[in-house]
Amino acid sequence: MINIVWAALIAAGIVAASVSGKPEVISQAAFSAAVSAVKYALELAGIMGFWLGLMKIADEAGLVRLLARLLKPLMRCLFPSVPADHPAIGAVLLNLSANILGLGNAATPFGLKAMRELQNLNDGKETASEAMCTFLALNTACLTLMPTMIIGLRFSAGSANPTEIVGTTLFATAVGMSAAVISDMLLRKTCRKGRG
Amino acid sequence: MAGVIAEVSRWFVPLFIVFVLFYACLKRVKVYECFVSGAEEGFAIAVRIIPYLVAMMTAVSIFRNAGVLDIIAGLGEKAFQTLHIPPEILPLAIMRPFSGGGALGIAAELINSYGPDSLIGRLASTMQGSTDTTFFVLAVYFGSVGVKRYRYSLAVGLIADLSTFIASIYIVNKIFV
Repeated sequence: MINIVWAALIAAGIVAASVSGKPEVISQAAFSAAVSAVKYALELAGIMGFWLGLMKIADEAGLVRLLARLLKPLMRCLFPSVPADHPAIGAVLLNLSANILGLGNAATPFGLKAMRELQNLNDGKETASEAMCTFLALNTACLTLMPTMIIGLRFSAGSANPTEIVGTTLFATAVGMSAAVISDMLLRKTCRKGRG
Repeated sequence: MAGVIAEVSRWFVPLFIVFVLFYACLKRVKVYECFVSGAEEGFAIAVRIIPYLVAMMTAVSIFRNAGVLDIIAGLGEKAFQTLHIPPEILPLAIMRPFSGGGALGIAAELINSYGPDSLIGRLASTMQGSTDTTFFVLAVYFGSVGVKRYRYSLAVGLIADLSTFIASIYIVNKIFV
């Protein structure tokens, strides 16, 4: 599926550029994006280093396990295939907390760490596990209390009330997250039936 | 309410750091050595995802810069008008699942040209703050651990995006109109 989407994005771009008679746009767009991808990864390396370093300290001190124990019932319901004391739970919880609080640069490091831990539990290493699917469902549509970036943008655009969209965002993300959790559960069941 | 949440968000990171360090020191954790070993792992993951970032970001950039969005937006305009949705936000809705940076650029442009407190500005703000970039998250997160078959993940992500989009339009019209 991702192969088709990826090829379609590029093909659509090339067709559109050819029709409008500016094929040179394609190479400019491709090369500048390739360079900024590496720049982004290097910046992320620094941020990842900071957050995972801090997480390691919290982990060693027993804080991550404490958090996991507090939210055990919720996690057992969402991730029945992950043992309650597994390190994946801590990383998942930290990622979701960062998403909810709008701390985008902390969410990605914890999220990638969580994927790594979930992969340790995964039987078929090239196929997504059910826990991974649930985790990414929560991640692509997470409840957001504080859309920090957009508030900053509204502030600099001279809004009379930059935070007035907090309520609407909360509502929209609550709907999106419910849809994600429900469709994940339904599709998981359908997939299991298809296999069995 | 929004003010309280804003304050919590502002203080969360510094307080979290102080709390973790204080608690770890009480437990006699070797904080510096621990931090370095965690940071090492972070660096390795960041390097590992570079090929996936290059693949996704180049494809999205070609798609965006070639003007495909304008063509699609032109086609969907009629349908949007009959549904009472401002067609100006269509490019944002299409871009949102692909690229956070791309969508942010479109949202910023809408907010600046129509004003942050206009209907379009509020709608763009709500939509931009509401979902994550489904394709990007899937490609990078699955790529980082070598998973090649995503199963039903993409479907779930897109269902969630569509639900969030509809919910944004509903609530903004309900509260601000």
